Amino acid sequence: MTALPPPSPRKLGLVIDLDICVGCHACAVNCKEWNTGGHMAPLTDFHPYGAGQNGVWFNRVHSFEAGDGADGRTVHFPRSCLHCEQPDCVTVCPTGASYKRAEDGIVLVNEDICIGCKLCSWACPYGAREFDEDSGTMKKCTLCIDRIYNENLEEVDRQPACVATCPANARHFGDLGDPDSDVSRMVKERGGYDLMPEMGYKPVNKYLPPRPRRGRDATAPAVAELQPASDEPQGLLRWVDRMLSR
Amino acid sequence: MNPAFSVIFFTSASGAGFGLLFLLGILGPLGLLPSSSWFGVVAFAVSFGLAVGGLISSTFHLGHPERAWRAFSQWRTSWLSREGVASVLTFVPAGLFAVGWVFFGSTGGIWAVFGLLSAALAAITVYCTAMIYVSLKPIQRWSNGWVAPGYMLISLMTGALLLDLLLHLFGAGHWLVSGVALVAVAAAWAVKTGYWRFIERTASASTPESATGLGAFGRVRLLEAPHTEENYLLKEMGFRVARKHAARLRDIAELCGFAAPLMLAGVSLISLALEAHWLGTLAALAAVLAAAVGVVVDRWLFFAEARHAVTLYYGAAEA
Ligand code: SF4
Ligand code: SF4
Repeated sequence: MTALPPPSPRKLGLVIDLDICVGCHACAVNCKEWNTGGHMAPLTDFHPYGAGQNGVWFNRVHSFEAGDGADGRTVHFPRSCLHCEQPDCVTVCPTGASYKRAEDGIVLVNEDICIGCKLCSWACPYGAREFDEDSGTMKKCTLCIDRIYNENLEEVDRQPACVATCPANARHFGDLGDPDSDVSRMVKERGGYDLMPEMGYKPVNKYLPPRPRRGRDATAPAVAELQPASDEPQGLLRWVDRMLSR
Repeated sequence: MNPAFSVIFFTSASGAGFGLLFLLGILGPLGLLPSSSWFGVVAFAVSFGLAVGGLISSTFHLGHPERAWRAFSQWRTSWLSREGVASVLTFVPAGLFAVGWVFFGSTGGIWAVFGLLSAALAAITVYCTAMIYVSLKPIQRWSNGWVAPGYMLISLMTGALLLDLLLHLFGAGHWLVSGVALVAVAAAWAVKTGYWRFIERTASASTPESATGLGAFGRVRLLEAPHTEENYLLKEMGFRVARKHAARLRDIAELCGFAAPLMLAGVSLISLALEAHWLGTLAALAAVLAAAVGVVVDRWLFFAEARHAVTLYYGAAEA
């Protein structure tokens, strides 16, 4: 059913720390690696080794510049499904293939009934859904439901592949519906925010902003200017200068 | 947005078919149309042919056309599903209405009820089609108040131009039908003009700053894209038509879609007063052909000029 379930107390999602992300794409690669054998497998690739590669990914890492000069930032920005609380991607689906789970709020696609009309991908402002030309169905991030509830894995490994692999620890997984969870506290302390709040989709995933710069006077120039040793060279330098200026 | 031919053809053709059905369903019971079987056969063939042809073509772009029946299930939330249900429902009274007209040569009594019902359902179907686009918030150029009136008026306009032609061909031209065509063209033109003004003047609701949440640092721009080749998102939603092409195509849409049909519908109306049968037929035929070109170009532009919010993550400054 594409009608949304009543809001669940449990809201599983990710918190992504833009202060820490180094833009290495490891999360995207491990996501691809796990999920091409996971719940929505395969993540088809066309022409993987030639020109015009085209394939399904659940996670894409963009890099942005924000602001200018000393206060400008280069920010690496992973983008994946935000498991929104008001996801129009679910309600526009004509078949019921797209759904939001009542128990934990994860948004999924039932590959067995999806007709591949692509409307859900049009309804997602965040570009989280990618159509698989080969299977003729829509694919998207599953929040690794096949890891987080997987009793065959060690407890520490029961988290999404992207979170498990991030070498910088910029990604965190947890219950954002529980105000006392680690992720909720992190969001509170760091001022975690929603992407495109004006769309009204109420994303569950939050982004933590880059921290303010520390230990530097904001008015000081970014780099000490390199000064010539002297405009009027003395001694040996004066001789070199004269020889070269001839 | 990528202008997929099947969807452009579907919305234009089924819009015209349902527009024609709407007018048949109202003007038939009012006794303003020839109740002869032959007129019924031709009129319903054109109307059903366009509507059904359009609906079938809309399944061509599906990944799994064989599962299309599943799309009837989610009418409680999905406008696409509602459209499917409404279009199928329309054919129930419309089929019966056609039976009365074709086999019993009657559009009165119970057949009139079927006619009015099919008119109402035809209008609802076109409204549902428009609402599929209106309900997509990430596409501001679709999700606004101009789109549904535009779809409905263009459907009425193309239906009226077709009916005017059919009547002239049967030597039964009627001033009311030519008049409705004239007014519908003018109204559709006005609404489209309003729509174009809206899309040009309305600032983008979302920006690279709101998309990334990094506006506090200043202007946000893409430094490095996540991939070097095009992906599904860029192919489907990254399509942008060059400004100068869009302007030229808009001229074609206005000329063929509105200006010419407006003038020609006027000629058709005047021809009735002059009893110049051949002139009316020629004018109505030319109006239908011009409108067909204009409406398809306009629909193409409706897609090509639409911008999706996801492009903000790929370097677009506005969506
Ligand atoms: S990010 Fe997109 S796909 Fe994911 S829940 Fe939100 S609207 Fe749906
Ligand atoms: S592509 Fe599949 S999941 Fe998406 S709206 Fe269409 S049927 Fe639903």
